[in-house]
Amino acid sequence: MKLIREFEERCLAMAIDGEIDGGIHPYIGQEAVAAGVCSNLTDQDFLTSTHRGHGHVLAKGADPRRLLAELLGTLEGFNKGRGGSMHAADMKLGILGANGIVGAGGAIASGAAWAAKARGNSQVVVSFFGDGAMSQGVLLEAFNLAAIWSLPVLFVCENNMYATSLKLESGLAGNAARRAEGFGMVARTVDGMDVEAVASATKDLIEHCRAGRGPAFLECSTYRFFGHHSVLELLGVEFRDRDEVAEWRERDPIPLLGAKLGDDVVASIEEAIKKEIDDAVEFAKNAATPEPKDALMYLYAGATAVRPGVIL
Amino acid sequence: MSELPSPENFGYMHAMNRALHAEMAADEDVFLLGEDVGVGASGVTSGLLPRFGAERVLDTPLSEQAFTSFGTGAAMLGKKPVIEFQISSLIYLVFEQIVNQAHKFSLMTGGQVRIPVTYLVSGSGSRFGWAGQHSDNPYSLLAHAGIKTVVPGLPSDAYGLLRSAIQDPDPVAVFAPSSLLGATDPAYGGEEEIVPLGEANVVREGADLTIVAVGQHVGTAIEVAESLGDRVDIEIVDPRTVYPFDWDCLRKSVNKTGRLVVIDDSNRMCGLGAEIVATAAEEFDLVAPPRRVCRPDGTVIPYALALDKALVPGAEQLTDAVEATLKSVSK
Repeated sequence: MKLIREFEERCLAMAIDGEIDGGIHPYIGQEAVAAGVCSNLTDQDFLTSTHRGHGHVLAKGADPRRLLAELLGTLEGFNKGRGGSMHAADMKLGILGANGIVGAGGAIASGAAWAAKARGNSQVVVSFFGDGAMSQGVLLEAFNLAAIWSLPVLFVCENNMYATSLKLESGLAGNAARRAEGFGMVARTVDGMDVEAVASATKDLIEHCRAGRGPAFLECSTYRFFGHHSVLELLGVEFRDRDEVAEWRERDPIPLLGAKLGDDVVASIEEAIKKEIDDAVEFAKNAATPEPKDALMYLYAGATAVRPGVIL
Repeated sequence: MSELPSPENFGYMHAMNRALHAEMAADEDVFLLGEDVGVGASGVTSGLLPRFGAERVLDTPLSEQAFTSFGTGAAMLGKKPVIEFQISSLIYLVFEQIVNQAHKFSLMTGGQVRIPVTYLVSGSGSRFGWAGQHSDNPYSLLAHAGIKTVVPGLPSDAYGLLRSAIQDPDPVAVFAPSSLLGATDPAYGGEEEIVPLGEANVVREGADLTIVAVGQHVGTAIEVAESLGDRVDIEIVDPRTVYPFDWDCLRKSVNKTGRLVVIDDSNRMCGLGAEIVATAAEEFDLVAPPRRVCRPDGTVIPYALALDKALVPGAEQLTDAVEATLKSVSK
């Protein structure tokens, strides 16, 4: 959790300073979800992530140096600078891509789960998405496919109360977990600020998936401490009640866990993480930028000729 | 094991069916999914379920968006999905899943994955009497987006290109014109060969004018070339793969004939015909302005048969365009 937090705080600063191109969608506040869920996964398992995906990717074991290198658009990034924040993927770790389209990962996860199931082992796929994705038809279609074909997918809804700037009650009729139950899935709701609660609920649901009993749904009640993306921070756009933000900040998952670990443990973790992120920043800033002539490299397999447009 | 489709039948639909049987037999990672594929409602998928079983022939719910990206996810783990869409307009529903997801993963991941999915549109274009939402031919849209796209015009190409599409490491769309599903080719019946993507076919050689004919219009072009045979020697180029397009083949033909007419069942605005004519104007040695025969801008096919037929290009319009091209001279 601390690694995600430190990474994200640096990234947010770098995005606001213009060191990171485009914007980022900070995960700050939601770290307990990624950490709690992914603590139950191995390198053999898979996940699909979202536009707010740095936390998922790091919790699955991705090297923060290469993730930051990707955010700086360099060849040392996982995606060789072609993906950036919203498309970070490390196939070797089973990270099937963060996704810039809300709700798009669920159907990809279902297909991956079907292929994994066909291999005959107990691999599972976790698909992360937010409460906003619950209004995307393709995700609900994916729930149906996963349920009728009894696929090993854990759908994790990070209910952070806002779909971009739209409040939960203005965007979601009924209740996310009850909707999932309507597809015949086991569904649970947990406190997404409590990493132990998330990890424990995930453990049960992953066992359910690994045992071949079909998909499951986990709703984590959480909150993002910053706005939808870094550009809003830059512009100073506010759309939430300050008291509401302050109230949730009091339930920050990191100090909540830290209080259980004790000051000495926390201090040593903080020191180690700070060093790790310093290293990542150093590594990423020194990484090489791709050549403009290679802008469309990787688009097609083989030597399919792309005719020139702006690049002659 | 069920019987294969009759080898005596050299029709277009049966050619595609044999291609599916052959690819599924050759590679166990190939699987089929879509609506009504188990019963083989289109004819193209007949006999696959009894032969390969429900693990490899997945009858899906009516959830085009989810099962299209399902194919992407399975492809990421090494499978080679073939997704059948019996109605071409369903491509509009899954534009996001094909163009924004499957197509982009390879570049966005810096080459970490390829997505070898085949989108098989088994009855594209007007079906005469199926009205507005079942009669479009949206291959230009996919070509515009950069999806490898083929429109076979002959049964032998339907067989050979579908096999290549399934073997290709990238997403490939295969549009089978509905008016060809029942077509047979008397010349086809010997060896069934794999046809590489991206290679055009000179269907008929000629010296005076090149017709580029796509899909069912290969037949239209042959008819027109023969009917005008005493007045003009027409060469016919069937691109077969509309993206990536075989520009070298067309360049060679047009630089020889100096005249170009394209017949293409896309809408006019930003359609395939527009691209071919534009490229010819930029790069080829023309003695007359190039022309295209295509659907009107933004066509919606009306139900009444007379209206339907009026909007779909045919031999009459192609003949007019050829004659106009012969009369005109580049300034």
